[in-house]
Amino acid sequence: MTAIEMQPPPLTVGPLAWLRKNLFSTWYNAVLTLAVLWLLYALLYPAIQWALTEARWGVIEANLTLFMIGQYPRDQLWRIWLAVYMLGGMMGLSWGVWREAARGFAFIALGAGIAFALIGLLLNSDVWINWLIAAAILLALYAFGRFLPRRGASIASLGWLLYFPLVLLLIAGTPLTPWLSSVPSRLWGGLLLTLMLTIVGNFGALPLGILLALGRRSKLPIVRYFSIGYIELIRGVPLVSILFMANLLVPYFLPVNVQPPDTVIRVMIGFILFEAAYQAENVRGGLQSINRGQFEAAQALGLSGALTMTFIILPQALRAVIPALFNSFISLFKDTSLAAIVGLFELLRIGRAVLAQSDWLGTHREVFLFLFTVYLGFSMAFTYGSRRLEEALGVGRR
Amino acid sequence: MPIRAFWRDIRFLQVLGQVIFILLLALAAGFLYANVSANLARQGLTVGYGFITNPASFDIGESYIPYELSDSYGRAILVGLVNTLVVSALGIVLTTIVGIIAGIARLSSNWLIRRLAAAYVGVIRNTPLIIQLMFWYFGIILQLPAVRAAVALPGPVYLTQRGLYLPWYEAMPTFDSWKMYVWLALASIVIIWIIFRVLQNRSSLPIPLWWYLAYILVPVLILWIGFILQPEPPLMASIPELTGLNFRGGLRWTPEFAALLFGLVVYTGAFIAEIVRAGIQAISRGQVEAARSLGLTTGQTLRLIILPQALRVIIPPLTSQYLNLAKNSSLAIAIGYPDLFSIAQTVINQTGAVLEVIVIMMLSYLSMSLFTSLLMNIYNNRVRLVER
Repeated sequence: MTAIEMQPPPLTVGPLAWLRKNLFSTWYNAVLTLAVLWLLYALLYPAIQWALTEARWGVIEANLTLFMIGQYPRDQLWRIWLAVYMLGGMMGLSWGVWREAARGFAFIALGAGIAFALIGLLLNSDVWINWLIAAAILLALYAFGRFLPRRGASIASLGWLLYFPLVLLLIAGTPLTPWLSSVPSRLWGGLLLTLMLTIVGNFGALPLGILLALGRRSKLPIVRYFSIGYIELIRGVPLVSILFMANLLVPYFLPVNVQPPDTVIRVMIGFILFEAAYQAENVRGGLQSINRGQFEAAQALGLSGALTMTFIILPQALRAVIPALFNSFISLFKDTSLAAIVGLFELLRIGRAVLAQSDWLGTHREVFLFLFTVYLGFSMAFTYGSRRLEEALGVGRR
Repeated sequence: MPIRAFWRDIRFLQVLGQVIFILLLALAAGFLYANVSANLARQGLTVGYGFITNPASFDIGESYIPYELSDSYGRAILVGLVNTLVVSALGIVLTTIVGIIAGIARLSSNWLIRRLAAAYVGVIRNTPLIIQLMFWYFGIILQLPAVRAAVALPGPVYLTQRGLYLPWYEAMPTFDSWKMYVWLALASIVIIWIIFRVLQNRSSLPIPLWWYLAYILVPVLILWIGFILQPEPPLMASIPELTGLNFRGGLRWTPEFAALLFGLVVYTGAFIAEIVRAGIQAISRGQVEAARSLGLTTGQTLRLIILPQALRVIIPPLTSQYLNLAKNSSLAIAIGYPDLFSIAQTVINQTGAVLEVIVIMMLSYLSMSLFTSLLMNIYNNRVRLVER
């Protein structure tokens, strides 16, 4: 009996097989891999060396508060922390009540709270205790939400509905309440202002956007052409020019004896007018996805046109465009950096102000890389949370 | 048949609705108009385009049409418009290339390249363009070495803090007579296209692939004949050279232009990559398998089956990315490139003609947008699915 010499079978598992399959499957793939590796080395090695030795990261540490809240009065910091606690509470409550749907956002919030507490400890700053409190409130309200009787969902919805106006009030204050003195909007700044512009811009634009979307599908030609004209006009010009126009022209459009609002308010008006056109297109997509049968069924039940829209069509249409609305939330978040051009002290402008400090001249790379991290972190966290929410809601599957 | 009361007649209600809408609109417009004129009167301003012929007397960093201090404001705005158009047109061409490469790289079988492309798309799409532009400008280009220690890349391309120096050409006196051959070469492309169409319509067999080389060979041949017929060469290569304290020859891109172009191309390219990837993934495998079983070669499959279908998915979102690039070029103001928006702002500061300049600026951007979407719609109508 002769032994048959057999080749061993090619490797299919293990790191070597992985390398061969994914990096060196053909000769040109091997060449590409090596070329890319060399390029990465040539670019990344000096960059990492710079980041570890030359870079003066002290510029971020020294100005962290400025980056976060700008010129907001330092003796009024408790308001910001209260807003953070409330956010933590709402996140926890929603997680407890809605479980799956809010889990993504709640994880992010909890992780951020704990991470910031650790960073605070590392930097020897006493903010760590505030972040820990926020995380604790989140967990406490999660437990509360879990064992809330059936009405939990409506409580949480009401909470979210009230949250944004309340926070706005808390941060702006009113002249009438001495314990909540009014903080003029020119003192809002940094990440705080960036977030406020995003939230006001988005929520302010949504009603206008829905109206424009309905107008664009209206049977009345004049209403339809007006809506089309508005949407196409706004979408055809750059955002900077709209902000610039809002900043310069709003005072002209107000009656002579009315005191024109602050730049912050003017720019918010600009963002709302801009975002409305884009959200109108999102909502229109949702409206188009609604089956004709829904209209006919509502009519058969004897609902009027307005009732059909409010209770049958819009809820379904808005649900269908949740992903698109989240996307425009993120893109508006990025676009708020354009407010720096018209002079608002949001993140980017604070960065430029920091660069003008005589101690930190020439730290452009450090400052801009920090800003990238902030924007990237927020966008990615938000994308993650909204994707989990969409999965739980089954958007696009039903 | 009972006669319906007219206020319940749907036709009447529709007319009434529109009349009310117009009335509201007119009221709002009247209110705003009255406010604007009252405010203008109080500030002693008058609206009019008289200022447009006054000398601008401010300097503009770079210009593709002749401009000097004594030129009018109208001319200055035109310079800005041309600057915007140049950077947008060049940006659209380059970003398409970057986007297609990155989009295909995201689907590569090579793990490293796939991951790298995904990282590029993820980071660029999630950070604001204006900060990217400022990073490229302040953080990279202005921190490049001085002219004497320029970074030399093959080409030769020199990177310095005073800008980029690229090889370019120089027109000689005989250039004008050679221009005729350039037109002839362009005309030959159209003629070849027409001939191919006629041939294709006459026979059922596809044109052999190598015939398509005619598109390149014939124009090049015409240009070359023109070139050698001139008494001296109409074009000379102009290579940047360090002489003394500065570069001589070649083409210089200012740091502002280079940063703006690079930033726009990198940013829009990430968005186009996603569009290209989605377009390719939208084609089902069955299409490729069916093409194979019909005996089409790989090239034919790509050209006749995959590309036409992918383009149909890709074109509409691609159009809006092109428009975004043109609109985003207005962020040039953050790094000091004199585009339309930044010059308009200077003119407003100097003349106080807020309304007038804003109207010019908005109309310019709007007509650019409408023109681009018109072109892309024509193209889209050619490639879209023809339904029965």
